[in-house]
Amino acid sequence: MKQFDYVRPATVTEAVAAAAQPGAVYLAAGTNLLDLMKGNISRPDRLVDVTHLEGLDGIERLADGGLRIGALVSNADLAHDADFARSYPAVAEALLSGASAQLRNAATVGGNLLQRTRCAYFYDTASRCNKREAGSGCDARDDENRGHAVLGWSENCIATHPSDFCVPLVALDAVVEIEGRNGRREIALEALHRLPGDAPERESALEPGDLIVAVRLPPAASGFAAHARYLKVRERTSYAFAIVSAAAALRIEGGRIAEARLALGGVAAKPWRARAAEDVLRGVAPTADAFQEAAWRALTDAKPSGDNAFKIELARRIVARALSLAAAGTPARLPALPASLFASTSGAIHA
Amino acid sequence: MPELNLTSAPAHLRHGSNIGQPLTRRDGILKVTGHATYAADNHPPGMLFAVIAVSRIAHGRVTSLDVAAAKRHPGVVDVMTPDHKPQLAIDPEIKTNPFVFRMEALQSNEVRYANQPIAVVIAETLEAATEGAVLLAPRYETLPPLVGLDAGESFVPPVVGVGNPSEHHRGDVEAGLASAEKRIDATYETPPQYHNAMEPHAIVVQWDGDSLSVDMPTQGLKLSLARIAELFGIAHDKIHIRSPFLGGGFGSKGLMGGPPVLGIMAAKLVGRPVKLVLRREQMYGPVGHRAPTRQRLRIGADGAGRLTALDHHARTVSSTFDDFYEPAADASHTLYAAPAIRTSHDAVRVNTGTPLFMRAPGEATGSIALESAIDEMAWACGMDPLAFRLKNYAEREPISGKPFSSKALRACYEQGAARFGWAKRSLQPRRMRDDDGLLVGWGLGTATFPALMFQADARAAIRRDGSGVMEIGAHDMGQGAWTALAQIAADAVGLDIDRVAFKAGTSDLPDAGIAGGSAHTATAGAAIHSAGAAVIAKLADLATNDERSPLFGAGNAGVIAREGRLIRRDDESRSESYAEILARAGLAEIEARGTGAPNPAAMEEYAMHAHGAVFAEVKVDPELGQVRVSRMVGAFAAGRIVNPLMVQSQLFGGMIWGLSFALHEEAITDRRTGRIMNANLGEYHVPVNADVPPLDVITVEEHDPHVNALGIKGVGEIGITGSAGAVANAVWHATGVRVRKFPIRIEELLTQR
Repeated sequence: MKQFDYVRPATVTEAVAAAAQPGAVYLAAGTNLLDLMKGNISRPDRLVDVTHLEGLDGIERLADGGLRIGALVSNADLAHDADFARSYPAVAEALLSGASAQLRNAATVGGNLLQRTRCAYFYDTASRCNKREAGSGCDARDDENRGHAVLGWSENCIATHPSDFCVPLVALDAVVEIEGRNGRREIALEALHRLPGDAPERESALEPGDLIVAVRLPPAASGFAAHARYLKVRERTSYAFAIVSAAAALRIEGGRIAEARLALGGVAAKPWRARAAEDVLRGVAPTADAFQEAAWRALTDAKPSGDNAFKIELARRIVARALSLAAAGTPARLPALPASLFASTSGAIHA
Repeated sequence: MPELNLTSAPAHLRHGSNIGQPLTRRDGILKVTGHATYAADNHPPGMLFAVIAVSRIAHGRVTSLDVAAAKRHPGVVDVMTPDHKPQLAIDPEIKTNPFVFRMEALQSNEVRYANQPIAVVIAETLEAATEGAVLLAPRYETLPPLVGLDAGESFVPPVVGVGNPSEHHRGDVEAGLASAEKRIDATYETPPQYHNAMEPHAIVVQWDGDSLSVDMPTQGLKLSLARIAELFGIAHDKIHIRSPFLGGGFGSKGLMGGPPVLGIMAAKLVGRPVKLVLRREQMYGPVGHRAPTRQRLRIGADGAGRLTALDHHARTVSSTFDDFYEPAADASHTLYAAPAIRTSHDAVRVNTGTPLFMRAPGEATGSIALESAIDEMAWACGMDPLAFRLKNYAEREPISGKPFSSKALRACYEQGAARFGWAKRSLQPRRMRDDDGLLVGWGLGTATFPALMFQADARAAIRRDGSGVMEIGAHDMGQGAWTALAQIAADAVGLDIDRVAFKAGTSDLPDAGIAGGSAHTATAGAAIHSAGAAVIAKLADLATNDERSPLFGAGNAGVIAREGRLIRRDDESRSESYAEILARAGLAEIEARGTGAPNPAAMEEYAMHAHGAVFAEVKVDPELGQVRVSRMVGAFAAGRIVNPLMVQSQLFGGMIWGLSFALHEEAITDRRTGRIMNANLGEYHVPVNADVPPLDVITVEEHDPHVNALGIKGVGEIGITGSAGAVANAVWHATGVRVRKFPIRIEELLTQR
């Protein structure tokens, strides 16, 4: 592989300075980056290892009722934190439906947010890819695109963002804390990932050197704990990315939906918040008809980017199902098969 | 490599003979403690790393390689290209026998498929060699590639599989179809699949003058040795191959491919030991795969549900430069008693590596189509799928009219159905639900695989201390040869298994034939059995001709060998230990050789096949179409079961592969470039633990006096057959949707609510 420098800064300030140099990238667990480097998709000159930075691996309950999750908390530690899972069950469910146990033990909160698309043409360096090499073209557009985007795509890029974790986070208005050359700032997670437009190579709002140091859930996020689910359709149970997934969270008061949150995964270059669908649910009774209406509303703007029209219908159905499951109430325990359609309530069935 | 010592493992508890006992793997502790040395674990002093650069295009020519840039990279020692390489003794394009396939050994700049080796970078470290391969930055002259089952003109191949006629018929199929009361005409597609053994192809090579030492996983030590000898122009006895363990082979390590030859060439070029290991994505090209098929089945049945005709045509592909044709339609030769059967094949050439043997070649692809079609026919006749199969049960092999050497398939159906609970199945599809409202489907598939025998030799010896030795260059691919063959060896020389030094896995041992065709235990076992009998006969001669022996004069009555003693057959009070016999004769050791081989007379007279019945249950979300297999039961009759534990594992593995065939596996090819877009285990899905349901295997008792002396039929491949169709049929039964393109995808099942 290409030779690179490896630096291990002692402080966040040092890290930001080191990573602001051209050709530098941050290394956290490397569960995605190292594969990209082995495949020559990423050829950085310098890795800035942030895994030894102090103070980024805590889960902190805030005075205002919110929660602050350090960027270096592992996916497994977060999902298995009992308080966290109780307050944000859909997030825990999403985490545990992603990757494999081994990867979750390594993968970090910050890294998960910044994982790259799984588009085969992005990974295949013999193919044209506007994301990998700006302006080179998009070979996914006309061939293998069964799994590609149905929302927010452009002629330049039809890739999807693969994260499960981000889907409920964006539904719950998560905020990303960033340390950069000009100090600390924060942005909504929903604003972190960019749609491709005419610059698919620019995937996020981050500037060179920017380091995600924490993800914050606002006080209102835990208000959905009683009615929150994440549901993921995939082709096998062991390690597969979502064909489509949905996070649904409801606040039900007096038999009516006081507030709904809905986001979709596997459908766009970013975790897709479906605000129009949320709007139609406000103040109505949690009925199958209402959920159908919301499902249609969530996919109003969807259009196939290739051989993937089925994903639109599948997305409608999974939205309706996720809302129904959320309305039925968060299970007392996380299902043994998190986010699976086959997570039986009535007895053990397999996978 | 440390001396392999399997005989010091703790003794297993058992009664009676060695064969038939469920011994755990004798190499298990070595493997779980990391002491089993696989090829790539060898690091001779001074070893360099070789990395293959592969073609990005599927068809054309390499016009330039930046060798200078690669060589400038720190650590790179040399770059082997078509212009800079050791000469081979013969052109690798020459097919010197039917088991030689053309390979890429840098003989030209031509590119015939994507991922074809085009250069080899040799460096002090793996990282340097890997980067050197990138720095070669090849340029190409690209020609349009041939891709897919409709590429170019089709033709009828002269033979399919290994020398099978590409067309075969018995009776008048058209008349049978014309007279049928019910007919189906259905077309099924199966995708290209890749072996994906967990252990990638690897070779560690050391030249010493004109002597060659090779560590390499191979399913055919002697075939590999012969191919190396002819390619490098060296004598057989100058080559030593070690292959004690394979991390899976599945047919992709059976015959010498290009990559290990490149490793040997690289070591010769640089004059130092070299290791070459394929990256996962490089296994999608030069080391074989299962070709895609499109199969049309036309079946007729009379009013009583009896078949009148079975017509099975398979379209497949081969490479542009060599010939291997997946014999998919041949799966219809043996199972169902149609009075008229026709099977035929045609093919197109595509820009791919040559397809090759992959676990149940032909049987696996053919079985999923045949079992789906039989199910469709049963439904058309309004019959239960099991009742329909029993109605058309073949008492003689349908295509040949020969009697079966043995066939306990009826018992497989009965025992499998009883264990599964088949009697409670609804005839109509989409009628069964579980407590969660998921659709439940039950499906059945019949399993079949020929009972083959190849040729093998073994050497047996009895030593002065009364212990035994059995030597055979057999192959353990994970199936348990170290254990099962040692069990046969122990019985062959009348000793406890821990008193026999069983040696296998190196090319200096007697030829065990190839570990393929589900025939290794039968073939190597027969050689071991016969070598053991021969050495015992020699020992008996010593004793019965010696008047000082209590066995003197037992000649005609004969002796039996048991627990290290020869015992007079008609008087068990008269016996003598092996050690006593050898001591008196003043011999350190007595040895003999034996062979195992097919019996042409029996093959002429009988059809020889293993059989089975596989039952699968799937659950399908009625709205979202997601499918999971929830349980499988397989009942198999495969003659003598040497080690029930190993056999169960083999059958589990086959059934899981069948599930994979129906629901998961598919190499996705870009139609424009011929490149495989999911050449990694993240995206090329195979079922892993969470995808594998509870499995239940029943081995049905079956005695076969004809297949070979030990009555073994083999279990390596049969588990895939039947299983894939059972899952596909269960999906239909759950949903009412018949999917004919495999693997079954969720979009096919997103039916109207």
